[in-house]
Amino acid sequence: MADTLHLQIVTPDRLLVREDCDQVQIPGKNGELGILPGHAPLITELQIGEISYRVGTTTQYLAVAWGFAEVLPDKVTILADAAERAENIDVKRAQEAKARAEEALRQAAADLDYDATLYALRRAEVRLAVAARAGQTAAAH
Amino acid sequence: MANVRDIRRRIRSVKNTRQITKAMKMVSAAKLRRAQERALASRAYAHMLANVLASTVGRAELVNPATGEPWNPLLAIRPEKNVLLVLVTGDRGLAGAFNSNVLKAALGFLDHFKDKNIDIVAVGRKGRDFLRRRYPVGKAGEERKGQVQVIGEHLNLLAKVDYEAVSEIADHIAKAYRDERIDSVYLIFNEFKSVISQRLIAQRILPVQELGRREVALTEEFELGDRQRMAEAARTAGVSLKEPEPTEFEKEATKFATAPVDYIYEQSPEELFAGLLPRYVAFEIFEGMLESVAAEHAARMTAMDSASNNANDVIDSLTLTMNRARQAAITKEIIEIVSGAAAL
Repeated sequence: MADTLHLQIVTPDRLLVREDCDQVQIPGKNGELGILPGHAPLITELQIGEISYRVGTTTQYLAVAWGFAEVLPDKVTILADAAERAENIDVKRAQEAKARAEEALRQAAADLDYDATLYALRRAEVRLAVAARAGQTAAAH
Repeated sequence: MANVRDIRRRIRSVKNTRQITKAMKMVSAAKLRRAQERALASRAYAHMLANVLASTVGRAELVNPATGEPWNPLLAIRPEKNVLLVLVTGDRGLAGAFNSNVLKAALGFLDHFKDKNIDIVAVGRKGRDFLRRRYPVGKAGEERKGQVQVIGEHLNLLAKVDYEAVSEIADHIAKAYRDERIDSVYLIFNEFKSVISQRLIAQRILPVQELGRREVALTEEFELGDRQRMAEAARTAGVSLKEPEPTEFEKEATKFATAPVDYIYEQSPEELFAGLLPRYVAFEIFEGMLESVAAEHAARMTAMDSASNNANDVIDSLTLTMNRARQAAITKEIIEIVSGAAAL
């Protein structure tokens, strides 16, 4: 049995991650999934959330908006709508987006697209949370 | 006959123009290469998305067998009464016949669907300007301003095609389709596989019928002469004519979700379609825009190449005229001297 997982994350723009790692954590639509080498073949949709993967003792974090994951015993391939590494997240933009969405929800105008606004809010929150992780790891080093 | 100094001045001016067109050609060639790279980078995603859709369809038909209803409103087929057309042109001119070709295809499309209500979303300034001169500007969800109306425009989107921006547009379109305000959606753009493999197409985006394959409603090939000029321009600018070979990684992407094993599926087909189809629509539009951008650069490169060649011709003929004029002036002077001497 393989003892590492080959992780690939693909977005419409590029191949974002291509690495061998020991453990992958993905935000499945029906709940978080922790994947270790030798996992049963699985296909799942991802929701807005945080992807993390561990190589040795270092863990990397990414924010993902929507995606699709294929899990094989020695491989995890993720098709993501928009994925960003924690260190690349534009914190200011995420904060602005969050403030905008909160404001729209507070005013609750008649033509408000409730789902879309909630989605934007959730995305901004996840971005901020993941960006904060990068801050932590940077501070720890 | 014009005097030598005037002709020399004109040659200099044409040479300056040639310098500019040559520079523009090389800039377009560089931009074309970058656009091709971007289109290439998106191909892996395209394969993977198509695969997941195909495997989902493989597990379940497009319609729910229990109710006979499609799994997703985006799969629903209705009689076409209200049609949405997304027209992709360029933001800028000086690209030869690029914009007018697309607009011609659009007019052909409008003629083909002349008994339907058509809403148009213009992507690119050239298309917007053209459509606004001919058709009234309306607003989605309000009373129609005419049988054909322009309901949206997206300018400066093509300078850097951003997937997020495109998916927002696609979300609006999908919503209008779900609300049954429109019954079908078409995308007209200049398809670009490589410099010599291009055509104008009207692709049906919604309802989704054939997965993983472009559903082409109308198509127009380029003329042979145009193609040859394009190939020649690409050759002299050092742009490859062939469609780039798939990379190792892209080959791997084609195997996504197709391993010969029994997968555990976390979600039902209904849920999967709900997540996948809007992305599929967004990605089709995104891909169309990327190709259109590449085609625009290729067209501009070709136009600038022709302009440089024309400048060369003009310079040659002016040089000939100038030499003749100089010769004539010399001959005239000699005659004057000789006849002057004879008179003595």
